[in-house]
Amino acid sequence: MLRRTLKSFRYGVLPVPGRLLAIIFFVFLFTLPLITDQRFYIIMFTFASIFAIFAVSWDLLSGYTGQLNFGHALFFGVAAYSSAFLYKYLGWQPWATIPLSVLIAVVTGVLTCFPALRLRGPYLSLLTMAFPLMLAGVVISLRKYTGGENGIASLPALADSEVQRYYICLIAMTVSVLIMWKLTDAGSRYIRTGLIFHAIREDEIAARASGINTIRYKLLAFAIGGLFAGLAGALFTHVIQSVGPSSLSLTMSFQAIIWVIFGGIVSIYGAVVGVFVLYPLMDLSTRLGDIIRGLSIPSTPFFVPLIKIEHFVLFLTDRPIIILAVVVIVILLFMPEGIAVWIRDKIERECPRCKLTNGFWRKECRACSASLH
Amino acid sequence: MAAIIITYAVVNGGIYALLAIGFSLIFGVARVINMAHTGFFMLAAFGLYYFTKKIGWGDIEAIAVTIVVVTLLGILAYRFIIDRVREHHAAVLLITIALVMIMESILLWRFGGENRGVGSLIGGYVEIAGVRVLNQQLLTVGIAALAIIMVLLLLTKTKLGIAMRATAQDAEIASLMGISASRILLVAMGLSVALAVVAGILLAPLEGVRPGMWGAPLVTVMVIVTLGGLGSIKGSIIGAFIIALVEQMASFLIPEGGYLTGTIILLAMVIVLIVRPAGLFGTMFEEEKL
Repeated sequence: MLRRTLKSFRYGVLPVPGRLLAIIFFVFLFTLPLITDQRFYIIMFTFASIFAIFAVSWDLLSGYTGQLNFGHALFFGVAAYSSAFLYKYLGWQPWATIPLSVLIAVVTGVLTCFPALRLRGPYLSLLTMAFPLMLAGVVISLRKYTGGENGIASLPALADSEVQRYYICLIAMTVSVLIMWKLTDAGSRYIRTGLIFHAIREDEIAARASGINTIRYKLLAFAIGGLFAGLAGALFTHVIQSVGPSSLSLTMSFQAIIWVIFGGIVSIYGAVVGVFVLYPLMDLSTRLGDIIRGLSIPSTPFFVPLIKIEHFVLFLTDRPIIILAVVVIVILLFMPEGIAVWIRDKIERECPRCKLTNGFWRKECRACSASLH
Repeated sequence: MAAIIITYAVVNGGIYALLAIGFSLIFGVARVINMAHTGFFMLAAFGLYYFTKKIGWGDIEAIAVTIVVVTLLGILAYRFIIDRVREHHAAVLLITIALVMIMESILLWRFGGENRGVGSLIGGYVEIAGVRVLNQQLLTVGIAALAIIMVLLLLTKTKLGIAMRATAQDAEIASLMGISASRILLVAMGLSVALAVVAGILLAPLEGVRPGMWGAPLVTVMVIVTLGGLGSIKGSIIGAFIIALVEQMASFLIPEGGYLTGTIILLAMVIVLIVRPAGLFGTMFEEEKL
């Protein structure tokens, strides 16, 4: 058993830089509480894990099947509010509210799909954008039950300590991403969904002509998207211990889209990379500002240009939105496919003969020794 | 009551129509969903505020400079940023959101978050059917109507407008007919932004300016354009007045309606889309049909 694992590591992971990086990344995440005990980083990566589930579920629904959903916050918010209601009115604890609210999110996903089945392209996007906004309006106007704009606070926490919460969210993220990765794997011999999702995106009529019941698979995509977005929403509620209409806002929907497109659409790992780059970037820039404020630069004439630079950096770190927006624009102008896909193309090379992935350092394919140039 | 609702619906409908025509135009010609559209509208409102209140220019100079500067900004943003990623639909969406986020945070830094008033361009009011209508509101309706008529004339009667519509229908055939597609796209973007600028200048004296003012109109404009049919100018105009009327009826007739106006106009859009998947006046191309 151990020997087989080592063998697959040696021949399946080491020669492929992308897989190696992914394993290093997950090892880093799982050992993070050993590396640092600062609450700031633990909490930051807890939220990043939750949002990674959310972003990947958007990628599965919108990237793979091409049903560009502008209202993914609907599933997130429905699950967040239902777990809050289940606690507030029925007194249920997190381990019971989370599964049920995920189920409610799945039902919401299937219900959303019915009007969406008739529409395509921009019309579909704008229709789906409408649902969470409509629900947010209803939630705000029923302030007696939902708390209006302030939402519902003082919900039970997912676990007692931050590290426990971190591990719960991290394990949930790892398992969800693995499941979604397997479901969308187009090369899989056992699961056909990946191939069918690609077919629906590329040409729905051709897919239908090949005997695929596209309606059933679209429903499936909406249900899976709802399931994992709902999981993220329910976890999020119990981590921040409150829920508000911002979980249904346009910003929440667009955040998922920003992360996925930044990382690379139609690639599960792209969505994860997008979240784990952009979310900490926003948090860390505020922190960087605090560190720079802590430095005291002497105000002699020699240091005047340095102080000017300090002021400019502080100006930016106080407004992380500007940093985010500029990074997004620059990345998209120079790598419109997304940063993760761009990096993968730099460090990996596909063999022209046997389609095997090789590291960038190889001149010949590692299996069939065909030239890689 | 009915008179008040209709008055407000006509005023808001005029502004919405200006915004929606521009949004629809650039979508039709360049297939770009420009999320920064209401960002330019916000820049224009702030431009008017800045030039009249901070620098102290007269209204006419301020309006002229605002129109020129913001339209140029829009054309530059299109030429150097949006045009480069035009092939990737998702990237366009994201880059225009990033643009409007930058606009908002710069305005927040420069002017702060509170609502600021801009003086009326003309004072006084007249009474029509028992409703006090500000002269400013009449001016808004008049200018909006004038701008809409001019755009319609431009699109139907001039060579430029015909070239624009040809590019919208089929960019490849249009360029075979000797139309420079890249130039037409720039002109369309300029026209689209200019309409948003006019809308911003008209709205600023009525409702004041604040850095978050792009959000709500963006949703409304998307609803209008979807309702009328993406890329259809006629649909945008009719949709704008329908939505303005629904919005006013919701906020006057339903208790707590102020919170529900968004929900109700979105509901109207959802119903129209379920009944007619291409909007009221939208055309669906054969290859896009399902």
